[in-house]
Amino acid sequence: MEPINIVKSVYAPLDRKNVDTDQIISKEFLKRIERTGFGQFVFYHWRFNENGQPNEDFVLNKPAYSGAEILVAQDNFGCGSSREHAPWAILDYGFRVVIAPSFADIFHNNCFKNGILPIRLTEAECDELLAKGIEQAQEIEVNLEAQTVTTGYGKTYTFNIDPYYKKMLLNGWDEISLTFQYEDHIKAYEEKRLVFE
Amino acid sequence: MGKNIIEKIWEQHVVYREEGKPDLLYIDLHLIHEVTSPQAFEGLRLAGRQVRRTDLCFATMDHNVPTKNLPTINDPIAKKQITTLADNAKEFGIQLADIGHPDQGIVHVIGPELGLTQPGKTIVCGDSHTSTHGAFGALAFGIGTSEVEHVMSTQTLWQTKPPTMEIRVNGQLGVGVAAKDIILAIIAKWGIGVGTGHIVEYTGEAIRALSMEERMTVCNMSVEAGAKAGLISPDEKTVEFLRGRRFAPQKQFDEAAEYWLSLTSDADCAYDVVLEIDAAEIEPIVTWGTNPAMGVGVSKTVPTKTDYDNEADRGALEKALQYMDLKEGQKITDIEIQHVFIGSCTNSRISDLRTAAEIVRGQKLAPGVQGIVVPGSWSTKRAAEEEGLHQIFLDAGFEWRESGCSACLGMNEDVIPSGERCASTSNRNFEGRQGAGARTHLVSPAMAAAAAIHGRFVDVREFAKQQA
Repeated sequence: MEPINIVKSVYAPLDRKNVDTDQIISKEFLKRIERTGFGQFVFYHWRFNENGQPNEDFVLNKPAYSGAEILVAQDNFGCGSSREHAPWAILDYGFRVVIAPSFADIFHNNCFKNGILPIRLTEAECDELLAKGIEQAQEIEVNLEAQTVTTGYGKTYTFNIDPYYKKMLLNGWDEISLTFQYEDHIKAYEEKRLVFE
Repeated sequence: MGKNIIEKIWEQHVVYREEGKPDLLYIDLHLIHEVTSPQAFEGLRLAGRQVRRTDLCFATMDHNVPTKNLPTINDPIAKKQITTLADNAKEFGIQLADIGHPDQGIVHVIGPELGLTQPGKTIVCGDSHTSTHGAFGALAFGIGTSEVEHVMSTQTLWQTKPPTMEIRVNGQLGVGVAAKDIILAIIAKWGIGVGTGHIVEYTGEAIRALSMEERMTVCNMSVEAGAKAGLISPDEKTVEFLRGRRFAPQKQFDEAAEYWLSLTSDADCAYDVVLEIDAAEIEPIVTWGTNPAMGVGVSKTVPTKTDYDNEADRGALEKALQYMDLKEGQKITDIEIQHVFIGSCTNSRISDLRTAAEIVRGQKLAPGVQGIVVPGSWSTKRAAEEEGLHQIFLDAGFEWRESGCSACLGMNEDVIPSGERCASTSNRNFEGRQGAGARTHLVSPAMAAAAAIHGRFVDVREFAKQQA
């Protein structure tokens, strides 16, 4: 997993609530057996019209937002299916940070396992980011160490993050290797674990 | 103060605890399917790791198995994913209910059927509807593929203990109102984010009155309320359901049952949040929009902009109605449907099929309506056929299929065509869920069956009266 600390980039404002993982990566693209290559399909049915042509009204198709490494959306981002293909697609497309007022639990967890930083800002802060970003593409700087989002319009927002997951993201740690250090505890638990024949 | 069942199960599974870290929790049962596991097995191979406790894993194929013309799989990519699971299960030594195996079925249907699902267990699966198993008083939740790999390697997960929520359903349900309507009503009342970050326990007279299969329907859609998990304290119904099942305890069944019942929430326990709803106010629900909270009673109308007090919700209404091709204020019973899907991990069990068959018996599908019935497992299918349910559906013009997730998410060939409308007993009505451009209305099995006969939504309570 790639470590992450400072991300400075234009952000893509996705002004929607309840963006579900079926929209992030549609089921027809879940049959790959690799973790990579999903970026080309991210938000497929919003990015492309039924005839396969790009939907020019969709934010990711507007040249001003190309190369965005930060995505900003509304409440309850990533709800629905547990498919990790959703964060894989977001990462593969080039995003490292997603900012929203709230995230669905499984999606939120999945982000940390893949080096994506999910940031919760208040609804008012997200509304402001969205409004400014829609008006004109903006660059912002996310700093995980400092837990700040610095905008180009003179405001700096701060965010909270679980210290455990912060450390994992900053170091790009593989959680399984970490857990192997607790093997003695796992063994001890298994010895006293309740089992009925 | 006493403890609720969530706290009891959690505390019992803590392998390691340290200030400033999530708890390391032991996992008792890991269910595996073909879509969210290949990358996890590949991760093991690349790191040279084994599956730590193959005896605590069980695998099956469900998401993209075809439901007709088996064993032929036309889609080469689906076929590759299915054979990959078979190869991985063999390589790593995991029990597998392969296509054609008598135990095969939707993972959340076969877990309880086989008695793998038991009270007090921590159960995970790379599927958000793992919450289904909470019906037995298990702590069951969906995980991503990285966590699937973590459980395979270590039989544990790092988890931060979430706050708890009680959803109390008081009183009795009306005739013709189903378990599906309880959970759809809860989500419609409080929204799809109401449970976010919480584990929910469903309590109250109306919950206690439900059968085990009905409880599974309620717990199944906990995730549609945003909850990490949803469960119901075990009681005698839970114990009796499990007695004699293949993977349930045999020699020590009575000791196990005593332990299970001890997990029930204490009378003086507390929750971080308590919500209450009166069962008598719940009517059969039909969703009209593009998330499961966008639902109303069948006697009502599609909402109008004046029903909402903020611009974001009015915008969401407009987007949803545009996708669904519905009008503000339209009567639900005026909505015509072209497809009916009876199946999914929410509503494909034998009692669901019996309820639907009772309404369909001696009737015909309305002109222009296509219907498929997809039993949740081979075992359910055999049981239904022994009762002659399949013949009732076939006589009415339904197709009687093999088991799988099918048109709930349309990963196989069972998709609803663009622009057409489906009355579906599944759990999600997101845009494109059942096929690009498909329009999904979530309903109970009885409501789906009645809609199939009439070609539009009807109040199943009236329908039942007419038939009587």
